[in-house]
Amino acid sequence: MSSSKLTVEEREDMAPMSTPRHNNAHSGRHFKTYFLILLVIIFSPLGNVLLSSGMKEVGPMTFHSASQFFGVFAQVFTSGAIWLGIASLFVYFISYMLVLSWADYSYVQPATAMGYVIVALLGHFVLHETVTPLRWIGISLIFLGVLVVGHTPPRTTEHR
Amino acid sequence: MLKELVLLFLIVFAGTGGELCVTRAMKKIGEVKDFRPASLVQTIFRVLGVGWMWLGVALMALAFFSLLGMLSLESVSFVVPVTALNYVAGALGGKFFLGERVMGRRWAGVFLVCIGVTCVFFSRR
Repeated sequence: MSSSKLTVEEREDMAPMSTPRHNNAHSGRHFKTYFLILLVIIFSPLGNVLLSSGMKEVGPMTFHSASQFFGVFAQVFTSGAIWLGIASLFVYFISYMLVLSWADYSYVQPATAMGYVIVALLGHFVLHETVTPLRWIGISLIFLGVLVVGHTPPRTTEHR
Repeated sequence: MLKELVLLFLIVFAGTGGELCVTRAMKKIGEVKDFRPASLVQTIFRVLGVGWMWLGVALMALAFFSLLGMLSLESVSFVVPVTALNYVAGALGGKFFLGERVMGRRWAGVFLVCIGVTCVFFSRR
């Protein structure tokens, strides 16, 4: 019995769906993967939108002199929206790094594809940006393109 | 216009370079299994010992400030989609710098991203 358990564990990668009873560690990993991907999907667009609204308050960045540079710098880092954006992107970044420590890049990529659609929706509904039909078409093509890129084998350098 | 293109170039190349370095550093650390705060802090310190992480973070910081600059000039529904050029840079970098064999299907995806970015670029008022 104990030897059969070992075999199941060893073969987990080959037949992940056929071993529901021995699945605790496995479903735990699935849960943390989905949870972290959810954080990635939420916090990346949110961070970008917050940064954008913060930078719109600061105004166009221009660096004609050193004092102007430090002026902009001070404005950027005293803006609440910028710090919230940085905090969001930090949550996104940590989740992304953690999930990449075990999951394939190409497995995580569809989640980042969603981000392009979400950021446009937030831009439209929260920041009241005009998103023209051409821009929606472009964003859809980018979404599709990222999905297609994600569905290719993650490794091509093994066999020469 | 030139300013936007320079910023876009920095966002894409520093960003992609940074991600490649960070991915490499994280694969060196191995799978993170323990999510208790104390061991997460320990993981962070182990990560900081990997040189690739520092280079990656420096590049990502450069990309971040370029992103702030770009966001001060353009709307977010323009900026974030055009940074999808990351995928093009990734495929080209993979092929010419890492010697990966990028397959037809991946090129098809990259091509779609290119058309999409072009649409978004021309939707700029």
